[in-house]
Amino acid sequence: MTDTQQTAPDSGAAPDGGTIKIRLEDLAKRFAGQREPAVDDLSLEIPEGEIVIFVGPSGCGKTTTMKMINRIIEPSSGRIFLDEEDVTKVNPDHLRRRIGYVIQQIGLFPHATIANNIATVPKLLGWKKERISERVDELLETVGMDPGQYRDRYPKELSGGQRQRVGVARAMSADPDVMLMDEPFGAIDPITRDRLQNEFLRLQERIKKTIIFVTHDIDEAIKMGDRIAILREQSHIAQFDTPERILVNPADDFVADFIGRGASLKRLSLSRVRDVELHQWPTVEQGASRDEVHRLLEASDKSAVLVLDSQRRPVKWVNADHLQRAGGSRPLSELGLPAEAVVQPNATLSDTLNEMLSARYSTAIVVDSSNAYQGIVDIDTINETVRSLRRAEQGRLRGGDDEHEDS
Amino acid sequence: MSTTSKPPLVASAAAVVTAPRRRRSLGGYLFMPVLLALVLVFTFVSISRKDLDSTESKRLAFDYIVARTVEHLELTVISTLIVLVIAIPVGILLTRSFARPVTPFAIAFFNIGQAVPTIGLLLIFAIVWSIGFVPTVVALAAYTTLPVLRNTMVGLTQVDASVIESARGMGMTKLAVLTRIELPLAVPVIMAGLRTALTINVGTATLGAFIGAGTLGSLIVSGYSGNHPFITIIGGILVAVLALLVDYLAGLAEDFLRPRGL
Repeated sequence: MTDTQQTAPDSGAAPDGGTIKIRLEDLAKRFAGQREPAVDDLSLEIPEGEIVIFVGPSGCGKTTTMKMINRIIEPSSGRIFLDEEDVTKVNPDHLRRRIGYVIQQIGLFPHATIANNIATVPKLLGWKKERISERVDELLETVGMDPGQYRDRYPKELSGGQRQRVGVARAMSADPDVMLMDEPFGAIDPITRDRLQNEFLRLQERIKKTIIFVTHDIDEAIKMGDRIAILREQSHIAQFDTPERILVNPADDFVADFIGRGASLKRLSLSRVRDVELHQWPTVEQGASRDEVHRLLEASDKSAVLVLDSQRRPVKWVNADHLQRAGGSRPLSELGLPAEAVVQPNATLSDTLNEMLSARYSTAIVVDSSNAYQGIVDIDTINETVRSLRRAEQGRLRGGDDEHEDS
Repeated sequence: MSTTSKPPLVASAAAVVTAPRRRRSLGGYLFMPVLLALVLVFTFVSISRKDLDSTESKRLAFDYIVARTVEHLELTVISTLIVLVIAIPVGILLTRSFARPVTPFAIAFFNIGQAVPTIGLLLIFAIVWSIGFVPTVVALAAYTTLPVLRNTMVGLTQVDASVIESARGMGMTKLAVLTRIELPLAVPVIMAGLRTALTINVGTATLGAFIGAGTLGSLIVSGYSGNHPFITIIGGILVAVLALLVDYLAGLAEDFLRPRGL
């Protein structure tokens, strides 16, 4: 994947038909007493409603770049546009009230209750008391914390994960269009981090904010990002593109090194079950007669039927062998193999594969949010998805060249 | 810091919310005033029981003692107020980023006040300036500005940088960050400095007796020079009681001004 096509810094920035929310134009930062600029001539367009990740090695200027957007760090030169309005010179305090801000240490005010912490920006904006209090409760519920229990607590009385949630709630308090997040999950244990990331992604599906997210962890970038800007020193963009395209076609050795090994496996966490075509499978209600099962098995090319309960929840896999061996009168729900490896549509293919491997099945059952059967994903589907993703991306990137590598 | 929160009988969320605000038990709060009251009662009983000569009955008359105590407290309170008005604003200014170049010089300047012994300063004032209340107040204030200034600066600089950054990042103005975040969070340290200043001032005000500022020190001085050890002892006891009382009240203020949640 070396030939002609290099992703030029700007080419990936063209939004796919969407509006541009933030535009950085020739942004640079030189700190006093340092010979090299920390950020050197960065131009970038950030599409509305997407999570854009700044990722790169320590000291590459990613945090400085992010902090120039709300002008916590004032740029030495260049311009910042928010909604096509030049905000490089507007009152920075007013600008910041329009932009949510979450940092790794969270920085909750230790002497203020959780409610007052969350109410910071609404108070600055002069909201009425009742509106603020309603908003606080709504936000606490949004981040999965019971308002009655937590409203009047102090930050030191919360766990790390809870503080992080309050930090996110506080950043969203005045419903800003844009949020800046600087390693927001960085100081949290891996299990809680994973949960918070998933919660945040689910939240983002609903709120559709434009989010700039800084991390040094490429796996987090791939998981969280709609687009990733891989930065090298002085915030030079090595590649700015969707995670898929970065994984399939890293722009250069720097990007390839940064992604590291196992790019194919990483790709599996990019696709979700709802993105692939589900197979249908013969199903029966658990009260069905054996003749019916036999009929279904004969009519289909599958060797087993899926037994569902009255709410269409998967119960068992049953094949002809099971029927024969069990003989007589035992109900279908007591025959066959347990219906394991069950996933929901928002599971990643990586999770799905994992489920299959641990259940030792070559299929996973897809259910909706009330656990009712929807269809089947099998291992071939997963394999085919990875391959076609790769083919499609390579074909596009190479201008229709149909030569491709098989994985 | 003996937090005396007993394990709650009923484990509930509410138990956490009402985390102990007080740092001491009720007994801890009552011990000092009761002790001081006992000492005072003992003192006045011994005065009334003793056959006093004319000097003693003049110096140990209730009205005389009250007048000296008032002088003493006035000196203490006014000098501390002056310190507060100088040291806290200067401390705030010196911790702003624009003041960084002048900070060492300012500290060195206020250090002079503390390095010179107060008694020396008082005598210099008496010779080259004046005697009485005003020079004493100035000498006291000069001596205790540094501890309050230093504590103000320490209190402000120890505020977690991430808290300030998040406040600025949400669009709080610099002034709002100072008044609503930095100062409240610095209160415990600033209060500790003020308490130190107050305690030093109440003790050192005794020296005001040497340059005609009255105070309870005049009991000690006149008793000593007129060979009336009883007057000196009573004066010493009263100064000690006053100092302990002032320190106790400052401690109360410290406890109750500390923001919740810290």
